[in-house]
Amino acid sequence: MKKPFAITLDVGTSLANKTGSWRTERPVYVDRLPPCNEACPAGENIQRWLYHAESGDYESAWREIMKNNPMPATMGRVCYHPCEGACNRGKLDTAVGIHTVERFLGDEAIKQGWKVEPPAVKSGKRVLVVGAGPSGLSCAYHLRLLGHEVTIDEAGPVAGGMMRFGIPKYRLPREVLEAEIGRIEKMGVEIRLNRKVGDLAEVMKEGKFDAVFLAVGAHVAKRAYIPAGDAGRILDALQVLRKVDAGEKPLLGRRVLVYGGGNTAMDVARTARRMGAEEAIVVYRRSRDVMPAHDFEVKEAEEEGVMFRWLTTIKAEQSGTFTVEKMVLDEHGKAKPTGEFDTIEGDSLILALGQDVDLSFLEKVQGLSIKDGVVEVGPDMMTGCRGVFAGGDMVPAERTVTVAIGHGKKAARCIDGYLRGAGHRAGAKHEVASFERLNPWYYTDASPSVQPMLEAARRSSTFDEVVGGLDEGNALFEARRCLSCGNCFECDNCFGVCPDNAVVKLEGKAAEAEGRHYRINYDYCKGCAMCATECPCGAIRMEPETI
Amino acid sequence: MTGPNRVRFYQTGTFTVGNRLLDVSVGSVQSDAERNNSLNSGHRACQGCGEALGARYALDAAMRAVDGRLVVANATGCLEVFSTPYPESSWRVAWLHSLFANAASVATGMAAAMKVKGRRDVRVIAQGGDGGTVDIGFACLSGMFERNDDVLYICYDNEAYMNTGVQRSSATPAAARTATTPAAGDQPGNVFGQGKSVPLIAMAHGIPYVGTASVADLRDLEYKVGRAMAIRGARYLHVHVPCPLGWGCPTGDTIKVARLAAESGLFPIFEAEAGEVTGRRLIRRPVRAEEYLKTQTRFAHLFNPKRDEARLALIQRIADRNIERFGLVEQEAVA
Ligand SMILES: Cc1cc2nc3c(=O)[nH]c(=O)nc-3n(C[C@H](O)[C@H](O)[C@H](O)COP(=O)(O)OP(=O)(O)OC[C@H]3O[C@@H](n4cnc5c(N)ncnc54)[C@H](O)[C@@H]3O)c2cc1C
Ligand SMILES: Cc1ncc(C[n+]2csc(CCOP(=O)(O)OP(=O)(O)O)c2C)c(N)n1
Ligand code: SF4
Ligand code: SF4
Ligand SMILES: [Mg+2]
Repeated sequence: MKKPFAITLDVGTSLANKTGSWRTERPVYVDRLPPCNEACPAGENIQRWLYHAESGDYESAWREIMKNNPMPATMGRVCYHPCEGACNRGKLDTAVGIHTVERFLGDEAIKQGWKVEPPAVKSGKRVLVVGAGPSGLSCAYHLRLLGHEVTIDEAGPVAGGMMRFGIPKYRLPREVLEAEIGRIEKMGVEIRLNRKVGDLAEVMKEGKFDAVFLAVGAHVAKRAYIPAGDAGRILDALQVLRKVDAGEKPLLGRRVLVYGGGNTAMDVARTARRMGAEEAIVVYRRSRDVMPAHDFEVKEAEEEGVMFRWLTTIKAEQSGTFTVEKMVLDEHGKAKPTGEFDTIEGDSLILALGQDVDLSFLEKVQGLSIKDGVVEVGPDMMTGCRGVFAGGDMVPAERTVTVAIGHGKKAARCIDGYLRGAGHRAGAKHEVASFERLNPWYYTDASPSVQPMLEAARRSSTFDEVVGGLDEGNALFEARRCLSCGNCFECDNCFGVCPDNAVVKLEGKAAEAEGRHYRINYDYCKGCAMCATECPCGAIRMEPETI
Repeated sequence: MTGPNRVRFYQTGTFTVGNRLLDVSVGSVQSDAERNNSLNSGHRACQGCGEALGARYALDAAMRAVDGRLVVANATGCLEVFSTPYPESSWRVAWLHSLFANAASVATGMAAAMKVKGRRDVRVIAQGGDGGTVDIGFACLSGMFERNDDVLYICYDNEAYMNTGVQRSSATPAAARTATTPAAGDQPGNVFGQGKSVPLIAMAHGIPYVGTASVADLRDLEYKVGRAMAIRGARYLHVHVPCPLGWGCPTGDTIKVARLAAESGLFPIFEAEAGEVTGRRLIRRPVRAEEYLKTQTRFAHLFNPKRDEARLALIQRIADRNIERFGLVEQEAVA
């Protein structure tokens, strides 16, 4: 080419100038652990299933839940949702209503008949599960997904454990529970009802089981010594709840006292109101702010006319008159007697003082370690006896359905490792996407969707479900309130804000192959960190460049 | 004014560059994988340069608006120097450089040439820094306005002469430290003068369209470029583009700093047609002026070794005056 005077070089594009060499730090795409996921005892990937729900792909969302938790419709109702307590959106306005969306997805799955297929290949291993509560059911489900054969032995006449014998219908309609248990059964899990395991070794041998998961819960009611003129007036909460579930009408009378301050006390007091008691009075030895029952439960009970006597213990009963003593809290929050006495009238007294585990059937099992009335397990959920795993209420942990389900999942994965001789290896935990990692500027203001509540009149007379579900529009809106903490949600910010066009946007097959929607072109990236600062959800990390 | 966010909630609405939940038809130009990249990779702007970003935002939007039939005249300044060190060019638009002072006049000539050639479809943009616009190029610019030449002039305002080492311009804000207004003596930094708002001066010319914009609000910026390209005659767009080097802020904070300027009211974002204000960008998360000032070392002397309450109050007054004058806070929210 003939060049003008004094010009020696060919002109060309600046692409020849690889500005990547300026970099001292490089942006890297990461997946940080959303706080909701971290808080979920069942280990759900909440952020991920909300991501699917956000685009209206409810089936994918549901399938994402099902990877970790086989009972979304149930969980969306009874889980105390610690995820929402951890949700970053709570620092912006109000936490995402995770459980409301979960419930919507669970109900949608039941309505649409979505199923999960176990793998066609079988491992040839057989596992026994003792107890068809949430922990046992969850373990069985996950074992089936891993190709093992599973049999559940359940002492009761129906499956569900405390979800059935404890949690009342007005919080968990039985059609919902049955549909979700039925779905697990249809995957080939055999549930043998009315089979209380007495001699574990015997059952194992007879059924040629290779491993066992114990999940018998805690069903032995704790008692309080109350000298009574008429012992028949004193009942146990679980017996009452169990009878009511079976359609019986336990005789409670007009004025019912409930002794205890936990969730069971709330449930049985609310049940007593529905069974016709004109007055239901919860008697608790400490004060409201320290009672173990959740605030929303106390509120709902109050709305239904349940009354409370705080700082009170029951000493004795004589012809329907209960002698009670006033208590005070000491500096440690412990209730101390005052020596001041009073009386309360009551037709019956229901004890809701907690439960112990019935460990009698484990007497012959070698190597078990029992402490404070519960069975100790290792990080792999295995007890001191090889091949015997345990979880749920019978091991040391918080006693909730969700913890039980999480134990079931974890045990299933560890049992699988055990059966394959691979052992248990926990995956490395990702760094948490704390609120400080986010750039909240980008999120639109949006207040939460409210679930409809059954009117008060029907709440003291029927067992209709108290809290209603969201409709599709609300559920979609609620899902879209999620900030997608720590995980890219394809907002194109990094692609847009790079002054050097050093972010490549991948579409279609390229995105699939890469498993990401963007790639940094390190030939030109100068490492200014604009992408990392402007990423709304904290999915880009700046790492020092190694030279 | 541009706000789909008012009517729809799709996680981030249109605050982000793209949104997988929204229809592609409402997507920004910058979210398009096939965008023009008018200022391409390999340019030599500093890390995190707001001017480089602003120029790509504006020209990509213009290229989309006129279907690629665009010619651009560029004044001397960082934008010219970092994009075209011979023999390389980063421009993917027809681009012409002349001098520091005369971009507006060169563009006037280009527009005239297009008219003579019967190419009314080819549109003309002139662009430059604040020095080239509000100081040395000001006479040419005013002439272009007065003649109502068919040019969109875009000023990328980084509030000083950056290319020659951060000297004060008439767009440098009060109290800012520059090479020529050191943070020394009893009046550290730039003087609290009368100020000089070229957008308001442009409005005084009664030209068809005047707008201010910021790299912190892409959607608004793209909307304004689109609006300007839909109009004939002299148009002016003044874009706020932080300069990490000259302002003394981390390279990753360019957009954050620009956002604080807008949210504090120190950089009012509005538009005007034929001399009348027709729209303003409302403040979304109000902040005190000092939240903005604190992010940059050019204002460090207002805080260290001790807070300069008097000057901080004066700057806050400037912000408050903007908020009131341009109505930057929703009326109900004021009460
Ligand atoms: C009234 C009440 C309300 C509650 N409400 C909630 C709530 O809203 N949310 C929440 O998260 N948690 C709640 N909980 C706690 C929750 O129900 C339990 O933590 C959870 O059910 C424990 O699950 P699990 O599988 O360990 O045991 P369980 O659910 O107790 O199930 C154990 C099963 O094992 C069976 N079994 C026992 N012994 C044998 C044996 N030897 N052989 C065969 N089968 C046997 C039992 O019949 C039972 O079906 C509530 C508890 C109560 C009592
Ligand atoms: C007539 C003339 N005087 C001085 C210069 C030197 N010069 C080149 S760029 C520049 C400053 C440009 O400042 P601005 O227009 O604000 O653009 P920025 O570099 O800040 O983007 C100066 C003074 C010149 N090129 N021509
Ligand atoms: S905003 Fe979404 S991802 Fe973040 S904690 Fe809440 S539910 Fe989880
Ligand atoms: S000095 Fe400022 S305006 Fe110039 S290239 Fe660097 S960051 Fe951009
Ligand atoms: Mg400048």
